[in-house]
Amino acid sequence: MTIDGAWYLTLAAVLFTFGAVGVLVRRNVLVMFMCIELMLNAANLTFITFSRELNDIGGQVAVFFVLVVAAAEVVVGLGIVVAIFRRRVGATADDPHELRG
Amino acid sequence: MPGSVLATATLPDLATFLIAGAICVAGAAGVVFGRNPVHAALSLVLTLFGVAVLFVEENAQFLAAVQIIVYTGAIVVLFLFVIMLLGVDRTEKALADQFRGQRVVALGLGALVLAEVLLLGTGHWTTGAHAATGALNRPLSNVAQLGRAIFTTYLLPFEITSALLVVAVVAAVVLARRFDRGVADEAGAGDPAADAAGRTEVTGR
Repeated sequence: MTIDGAWYLTLAAVLFTFGAVGVLVRRNVLVMFMCIELMLNAANLTFITFSRELNDIGGQVAVFFVLVVAAAEVVVGLGIVVAIFRRRVGATADDPHELRG
Repeated sequence: MPGSVLATATLPDLATFLIAGAICVAGAAGVVFGRNPVHAALSLVLTLFGVAVLFVEENAQFLAAVQIIVYTGAIVVLFLFVIMLLGVDRTEKALADQFRGQRVVALGLGALVLAEVLLLGTGHWTTGAHAATGALNRPLSNVAQLGRAIFTTYLLPFEITSALLVVAVVAAVVLARRFDRGVADEAGAGDPAADAAGRTEVTGR
């Protein structure tokens, strides 16, 4: 018999917590992006687990779309980071507070 | 309780889950606590690989392959490319809290999130309708099932996804473009390369 779904959900919860704490604690924009990827992966693991438990292919389709959205998000996000770095040196999330509207 | 179910699992399943789970958690800790962004990116690869192993364990073979190809093959490489391009592969300087007690509050909120999600995850969570869009245990391969679902039930979201990718590509091009036309024109007299770049930008308008 395979592992119970609750254990996968527990692991996903731990991964999500790591990602959330990382976004809150780290100041490096790139590392914050990586932490967002961690949270997305935790959500993906949850989707796959429910897909198996509920015997439904819809969860795997959702993960497929999450992968696409994550790729697009990383492209745009890193583009913004590069654009910010053109203007000023520094990789912390505190720099854009100097923006004047 | 899930503990009893864990005890009844077969040894290969149990070993796979425990090892892959440990790899995932170790990689996540490396991302959060690693001082060097390059090390964080490589730790992210570790976590993504562990998640892919868990995908295989849960009979999502196609998504495991896509996870490896898209995430570790494209996204993390993009991360590393940007890190190297911007030259931020130094240790983080601004580790001081921007707000007083930020780290304590962050850890507290993280513990709260963990407790909440664990409560939801180990409670009565199998309340949804079974097989709303198509059963998993049909005599089809995982790829065939996923393809059938995507190209029939989820055809419209799939098409919208293509629009999203086009928007992302256009956004990346616009964001990565240099907007210093005046500087390019002034420097263009002596520098053929800058001149060519400036001309292309002006004529491409």
